[in-house]
Amino acid sequence: MHRGLSERLWAIAIWAVVLFFVVNLLAMIAAVTVDSFGTRWFNTWLPAGFTGQWYAMVWNEFGLPAILWVTVEVVGAVVLISGLIGVPAAYAMARRNFPGKQAVMLLFLLPLLVPPITYGIPLATVLYRAHLAGTMNGVILANLVPALPFVILVMIPFVEQIDPRVEAAARVFGAGTFRLFVQVLVPLLTPGILAALLLVLVRTIAMFELTFLTAGTDSQTLVVALYYAVFAAGVRPNQSIDAMAVVYMVTTLIWLLIALRFVNPTQIVTRAKQ
Amino acid sequence: MRQARPPLRWRLREMGLDGVTLLVVPGVLFVLALFIYPFVYGLVLSFHPKQGGAWANYVTFFSNPYLYNTISTTLGIAIPATLINVVASVPVAMRVRLMKRQRLLTTILVIPITLGTVMVAEGLLTFLGPRGWFNRLLLLSGLVSSPVGLLHNYWGVMLSLVITGFPFTFLLTLSYVTGIDPSLEHAGAMLGARARQRFFRIILPLLAPGLAITLALAFVQAFTVFPSAILVGQPQGTTRVISIAAYQAAFEQYDYSLASAIAMLMALVQVVIIVLLLGGRSLLFRGPASSGKG
Repeated sequence: MHRGLSERLWAIAIWAVVLFFVVNLLAMIAAVTVDSFGTRWFNTWLPAGFTGQWYAMVWNEFGLPAILWVTVEVVGAVVLISGLIGVPAAYAMARRNFPGKQAVMLLFLLPLLVPPITYGIPLATVLYRAHLAGTMNGVILANLVPALPFVILVMIPFVEQIDPRVEAAARVFGAGTFRLFVQVLVPLLTPGILAALLLVLVRTIAMFELTFLTAGTDSQTLVVALYYAVFAAGVRPNQSIDAMAVVYMVTTLIWLLIALRFVNPTQIVTRAKQ
Repeated sequence: MRQARPPLRWRLREMGLDGVTLLVVPGVLFVLALFIYPFVYGLVLSFHPKQGGAWANYVTFFSNPYLYNTISTTLGIAIPATLINVVASVPVAMRVRLMKRQRLLTTILVIPITLGTVMVAEGLLTFLGPRGWFNRLLLLSGLVSSPVGLLHNYWGVMLSLVITGFPFTFLLTLSYVTGIDPSLEHAGAMLGARARQRFFRIILPLLAPGLAITLALAFVQAFTVFPSAILVGQPQGTTRVISIAAYQAAFEQYDYSLASAIAMLMALVQVVIIVLLLGGRSLLFRGPASSGKG
């Protein structure tokens, strides 16, 4: 195919825009990282010297260990519970046609389509009335609202891929639903379960709004603590905020990279939203 | 002789209700209790204001410019951000679909979505600040004589919405674009259509339903912008978005009733826009975009 000059210019323009975006994005991440290791940084390209003191400060003075521990507990509980409820529910949704199935499907889609801040405010109100907000349990419950439907919707196509005759064979040999799950389905579904749970893990670490609206002072996850640090900028040295940001980034991106071994980047968006 | 009716269990199983179906019950109950119930509760609560009649919260909202202006402020940020992101996504997705190795680019682009708006706000504060790399480069190049103020105003929020929103709309658009059978475009090319014509006459009509969904999702996300409007915006002025008003009502004035009313209005605006977009979508072509065996 012959390509005219205007077409070639158009292609160059598009790649220039993409390059500009990616370069700025990476530079933004690099700037945060460099600053977190810098001593003083005024009117130069790089800081005057490099130090690890801001990480020590975040660790010792700003209670990072406690925040990390809360994050591990919240994320762990959300992943575990959403898996335990979500995988069997996805199995039922994939294998059975029952009256009202479309309504149930819509019910699982809504928490993924409605942005968290919209339902987060009424949800936080209900959780406060129930004396759950401000506690770890409240934060876990709030984070499960988008996580559980997410697991169900990601798992349905994985279940559909399994040949029903495998299950029928297991039933013929006398396996009940529980044994069927433990000995047949879970091993076959492992890639799907890993993908779903890793994505839930990444999304829960990064879930700001719901945690922010329901967390108390001792139930803040890393992203909420980062928000408060940025919000109160000036109280702390800026480098220490960036050190916290780097800790958050590393935590999130490690799990993202692991998750990307099981899913396509495109699927992170499409599976979550359709 | 009257035929005996089969036992209830059989009849239920015939309808698809058996032990396996029950596995969906915990999930359904959970979403009903923590998603549907709070919404209904919030709706009812919004009609039980602290003072005045049932509609007092809504009257308050629409008679106080500090509150009702948040809708136009939010739309003034969300609509341009959505349009920029979606309009830029289409040509980029058209190019990237031809790439053999998209994985590196898509991986880089999924990073800002994953990091989220709080982290992007902190990144912007460091990168775009008066002494940050961006302004140093601009000053060095001689394009500007004093640092550009892109933070703590409208542009800070806009940039944050583009950084997290563009990758999202792009990846979504890419999945729709790659779903279109290339042979349709080849057919157009063989019949002599130029690239421009092929795009507007073949690709765009097939892409339109997907774009409507992308627009709706991107708009809803931009409309509920929250942390970046506070951290890199001007939360008392030009970027006082509706979610800030709802948050302040709930957690600074402890008026959960007014906060619920604002949350309901927020949901209403989203629903109206989505219905308009997806309603328009039903007028568009809805046949198969991929060919042959579905």
